[in-house]
Amino acid sequence: MTQHVLDMPIDADKVRELRVGDTVTLRRTLFGIRDATLIHMFDRGRETRFDLQGHAVIHTAPNVRRVEKSEAAPAGYEPFCIGTTTSQRMERFTRPLMEREGVRLIIGKGGMGPDTLKAFQELGGAYLAIVGGAAALETTWIEQIEDVDMDDLHPESLWRFKIKDFGPLLVAMDAHGGSHYANIRDDVASRRDAVLASLGASE
Amino acid sequence: MKLDMDEVERLSADLYVRALKILPPDVKAGFKELVDAETGETARAALGVMVENVQVAERTNNILCQDTGIPIYNVTIGRGVDFDGADLKQAIRRGCERSTRENSLRSSVVHPITRKNDQTSCGVRVPIIHVDFDERDETVAIEMIPKGSGSENGSFLQMLLPSQGIAAAKRFVIDRVIELGGRVCPPTIVGVGLGGTSDLCMHLAKIAATRPLKTVCPDPEGARIEAELSRAVNELGVGPQGLGGRSTSFAVHVEIAATHITQNPVAVNIQCHSARRATATITPGGIAFS
Repeated sequence: MTQHVLDMPIDADKVRELRVGDTVTLRRTLFGIRDATLIHMFDRGRETRFDLQGHAVIHTAPNVRRVEKSEAAPAGYEPFCIGTTTSQRMERFTRPLMEREGVRLIIGKGGMGPDTLKAFQELGGAYLAIVGGAAALETTWIEQIEDVDMDDLHPESLWRFKIKDFGPLLVAMDAHGGSHYANIRDDVASRRDAVLASLGASE
Repeated sequence: MKLDMDEVERLSADLYVRALKILPPDVKAGFKELVDAETGETARAALGVMVENVQVAERTNNILCQDTGIPIYNVTIGRGVDFDGADLKQAIRRGCERSTRENSLRSSVVHPITRKNDQTSCGVRVPIIHVDFDERDETVAIEMIPKGSGSENGSFLQMLLPSQGIAAAKRFVIDRVIELGGRVCPPTIVGVGLGGTSDLCMHLAKIAATRPLKTVCPDPEGARIEAELSRAVNELGVGPQGLGGRSTSFAVHVEIAATHITQNPVAVNIQCHSARRATATITPGGIAFS
């Protein structure tokens, strides 16, 4: 198990160095994205002015404060509480995010499915697990809201965060077909029958 | 006692942000129990981050989780209280809107068809307001629950057959916990409704999921099943965040209602580890928060 520090953006070779069980800390830039953003981008053909090539996206919709634009708040927003939402809902968007926008890393909670794993293998990507619900802590890793696009979808806008040592995050799905979630699923499946028997609820 | 609606509005606003910031003491104690019993390295690390987050939220006066949830207000009105029901509902709604605006809370509420967000945490029939009555003299309790969506999406109802028995209901609960994995932000409180009609059964599951830890189902048969299921879910290996380990749930809670001779309904509603709620109790002597 290796601890990686990644200065974003990264290339495909770098992402292939990540293996399930490794930990990662990100630096510089991170993009926030979620359901409505993805629906508008890929079901309704909306384009973003941001260049996501080689970048990481986090499944989030933040709590922010509107403030006067300044050097410290160039987008007119201050971060208040930024955390992570459940990734599974956005499964079908992984491939287009990678193919059209060049995204390399997805940060989320709860893991993603086989289509995502296949896209990671073919295109060079990885999923980094963050602890969901730990938003107060996560917010301390965010320095600034640098910019925002598609803000008519607020709070489900596309956010560009300036980050400082964002992590450690667990590599839970890698570019080599490895999925921590698939391993756990197999383990849980192997325990099911005994648990049901202990409840007098066998099939 | 006459219920002052300005006070209800103020409390409804205050309770929303209190619930978002302060993790109830029973949940904090629940974390300690899980940490003490957990042996998996990844699981212990994940639990450690959750406990650290509670401390960071207190230190930085921040809300615990970014998900401000669907606002739910449970109002329980005792005897000898003079109030206007329509005014009460309006005051709660104003308080919810005000809290969202004044505290820069993310409005997580949209129209179900247009998906339009009014940025007020309110919408058609939201906040959800339940009013009930009890025997306490001159007492009004307002409980606020910001129900997070990751866990709310882990909701299920099955109208089982009487011939399938309680065994099928237990199997249903176990299989849903397996299916949900890390999506519902474990460790969770698994709320189970048994009996009633379809709508009452789902409501029972919500009552169960949002009940304080260490409280017990008032029905002895229900209490026996929740103890059995509480043990069983932590033998599945789902673990915190679905990353593996013992700590899948703080507890399974069961609530029951009588049902029809043809029916055997079971419902599941999940509460995430950020099991937030706050209550204000109004009496002639003043207001107490818990």
